[in-house]
Amino acid sequence: MRNLLDLDPTVIEECRRLAAEIAREVTGFARARTTTSIERATLRWMGVEGADPEGVPLVNRVVEEARQAGALGLGIAIPFAGAMVRSGLSPQEAAQAIADGRLSLDRPPESLVPKCRSLARDLAEAGARRVQETVRQREQLIRDLGEGPHPLLYVIVASGNIYEDTLQAKVCVQAGAQVIAVIRSTAQSLLDYIPEGATTEGYGGTYATQMNFRIMRQALDEASRTHGRYVRLCNYASGLCMPEMSALGALERLDVMLNDALYGILFRDINMQRTLTDQAFSRRISAAAGIIINTGEDNYLTTADAFEAGHTVLASEFINEQIGLRCGLRPEQLGLGHAMQMNPWQEDMLLWEIAQAQLVREVFPRSPIKYMPPTRYMTGDIFRGHVQDALFNLVSVWTGQGIHLLGMMTEAMHTPHVHDRVLALESARMIQQAARHLEEEVRFQPDGRIQRRAREVLDRAEALLRQVRDRGLFQALAEGVFADIPRSPEGGRGLDGVALREPDYENPVEEVLDRMTDQEGDR
Amino acid sequence: MNRPELAVVPGVDLQQVRPYGDTLGDGVVQVSFSLPLPACPEAEEAARQLALRMGLEEPQVYHRADLGYGFSFYILYGRCRHAVDVTRTLVPRVQALEASFEEINERLLRVAGRPLRVVGACTGSDAHTVGIDAILNMKGFAGEYGLERYPALRVRNLGAQVTNERLLHEVQATDADVVLVSQVVTQKDVHLSNLAEWVDLVEAAGLRDRLLMACGGPRIRHETALELGFDAGFGPGTTPRQVAAWILSEWERRHPPA
Ligand code: B12
Repeated sequence: MRNLLDLDPTVIEECRRLAAEIAREVTGFARARTTTSIERATLRWMGVEGADPEGVPLVNRVVEEARQAGALGLGIAIPFAGAMVRSGLSPQEAAQAIADGRLSLDRPPESLVPKCRSLARDLAEAGARRVQETVRQREQLIRDLGEGPHPLLYVIVASGNIYEDTLQAKVCVQAGAQVIAVIRSTAQSLLDYIPEGATTEGYGGTYATQMNFRIMRQALDEASRTHGRYVRLCNYASGLCMPEMSALGALERLDVMLNDALYGILFRDINMQRTLTDQAFSRRISAAAGIIINTGEDNYLTTADAFEAGHTVLASEFINEQIGLRCGLRPEQLGLGHAMQMNPWQEDMLLWEIAQAQLVREVFPRSPIKYMPPTRYMTGDIFRGHVQDALFNLVSVWTGQGIHLLGMMTEAMHTPHVHDRVLALESARMIQQAARHLEEEVRFQPDGRIQRRAREVLDRAEALLRQVRDRGLFQALAEGVFADIPRSPEGGRGLDGVALREPDYENPVEEVLDRMTDQEGDR
Repeated sequence: MNRPELAVVPGVDLQQVRPYGDTLGDGVVQVSFSLPLPACPEAEEAARQLALRMGLEEPQVYHRADLGYGFSFYILYGRCRHAVDVTRTLVPRVQALEASFEEINERLLRVAGRPLRVVGACTGSDAHTVGIDAILNMKGFAGEYGLERYPALRVRNLGAQVTNERLLHEVQATDADVVLVSQVVTQKDVHLSNLAEWVDLVEAAGLRDRLLMACGGPRIRHETALELGFDAGFGPGTTPRQVAAWILSEWERRHPPA
């Protein structure tokens, strides 16, 4: 490990140990439960697509049937396979028939269970083969085309119209973008279903649908070939449909997905039991599909002060890392979130930011930190904003971040216009090039401001982790430890979609996922 | 209308105001935009002609860049030939007195005889709480206490993503005197339709006359707020004290001493 900050490795180890204890509680909690969205993700993995004439996805219709019968805690896979065995229909046809009320979801008689189980397993395996094929394609494309220099430049498209988005994305790729994120329509995270089909209307973003994923993937593959560099596609596995989003991401070869329960709890008031349970399953899917997840710590600093609350970001990153590892993700798949949200008028803010950014790199050397630009202190003064972003670009390349979200000078006004992005990419590329080897050349003053600041943040993170360990994550969240926002375990949206797993709960997709990521149940 | 306080720059003609570059009256402005055309002389000429039609004289294209996939970007300068008569321009502004934290509390308690009940929320699907929190939370904003600190105000902050129906319910349940609504997301004018819906709802419930209502957010203008049926609108950089002072002024206006 590089140690430019002269950090004490025993403190880092202690942080990891505390975070591991916290994570064990969380994943243990999750493994004892299932949710409507986990079961819907299971059906999607097993090959169910499409919606009824009112636009309600078939997976929702089927799982809702089970939930209302109080059978959610058994898992959907075996009853669904039972319906298939009884009717002789394909997964798609069976889902359709259940939605039409022509087929019931009764639990199969004991004598039929082995047959149903083996059918369900076959379907889970078929899903796994599709996902493995996407992993293979990605590896092949990266081998053939390369991916360009690091940090990877990440830009957002969000016109609301997926076709317009593909056009904008291609312009970004030409200007040097390496990751394209399609921002979702406002409040999609609160929808308890995934809309169907290609969409051309959205607010503040474009709906995430399976078809939209496919359309953008295809456009980016074309652009990748044209520009000789693999361009990654990013979307959100967050909100009430978190595991389903991961499943679609896995099937449609998304490369990066935002995936953080804490973000939903804090910023969308989604129930913590629901989303922490969803998250564990969701991360298993990402782990198996080679998807890089992005965590949401960067956002804490939009409501809490970056200087005061720097340690909460680090503490949360430790927790997210440990939860991620327990779900089978490799460190290289953990795009932990960090952001430069320092008040630009604070004296030495650049020093404090370098300290924090470098700290995150040194603590998580194998993880591609997702580094977010200043957004909070951006104003309508686009000229000043461009300068703030330039400072950010410098810190990013200097401290060797993994995924560099581009700051836009129009951040405080609207989702970016086509030239906003190009100007941002140009500035980032220019500064990256200009400062390429700065890190190798510069050492920090021993015991100077930067080293002292980094140590202080690390020490405070350790103290906070101990606090969270002592009372548990749920209680800590209730007390508003993160982002200054308190949330209760029973509050928020989506609790009615959670069920305890019955002793005979079965989920063949989960079994397949565990195998794909070498997990043996919960470690 | 005579506005001597605006005539600060020597020689400025208030009836003929033009942009200023380095010489009074030069009218110099900068514009930048993209065209859905590949960069080429014809596209550049199109950019220049557009500037002419915007009212810019002698427009110069100083920067042209091809963005790929049929788009190009331009930065131009020109001289604006239009002028504006500011003596005929009046923008409504929030009517509030200048008063300190102590004064506001003291006067409010005196005129109202009790603390006023304030309900605040960021409504609709909008999830941005930082703005309304800056106004309401104890710790306040820009070195000023938030409204929760005011002894003359009893504040209930409902947070974000509050439906108009729920807000109405809370207003009724707490018998609120003042409603503060925040709107940050403005895409497709969602804030306008959402705010208008709120006003309709309050009117239908027969509560409008009883309530002091203000909205705020980075794209909110006082004038727009008035058009929508609010009593005031607050834009970027608003401080809690400005809002408290407005509450006092508006209350005094509505409850003149007998
Ligand atoms: C922080 C932030 C977030 C945080 C919010 C955290 C939280 N709990 O609030 C997070 C990360 C969750 C977020 C999410 C989103 N955001 Co956002 N966000 C911002 C950001 C960076 C800063 C906003 C902020 O906090 N400003 C600081 C406060 C203090 O300023 P303010 O709100 O203007 O408030 C002041 C005044 O306006 C006034 N005021 C405000 N309200 C009221 C009310 C009353 C009654 C009064 C009197 C005064 C008042 O007083 C305040 C103090 O002076 C802005 C970009 C920017 N720099 O502005 C984007 C921005 C607002 N977000 C935007 C968008 C689109 C979103 C998303 C919809 C993106 C998406 N598709 O998912 C999501 C979803 C949110 C949703 N459903 O609404 C857009 C809005 C574009 C538009 N004009 O429509 C912006 C401008 C970014 C952009 N360029 O795209 N965001």
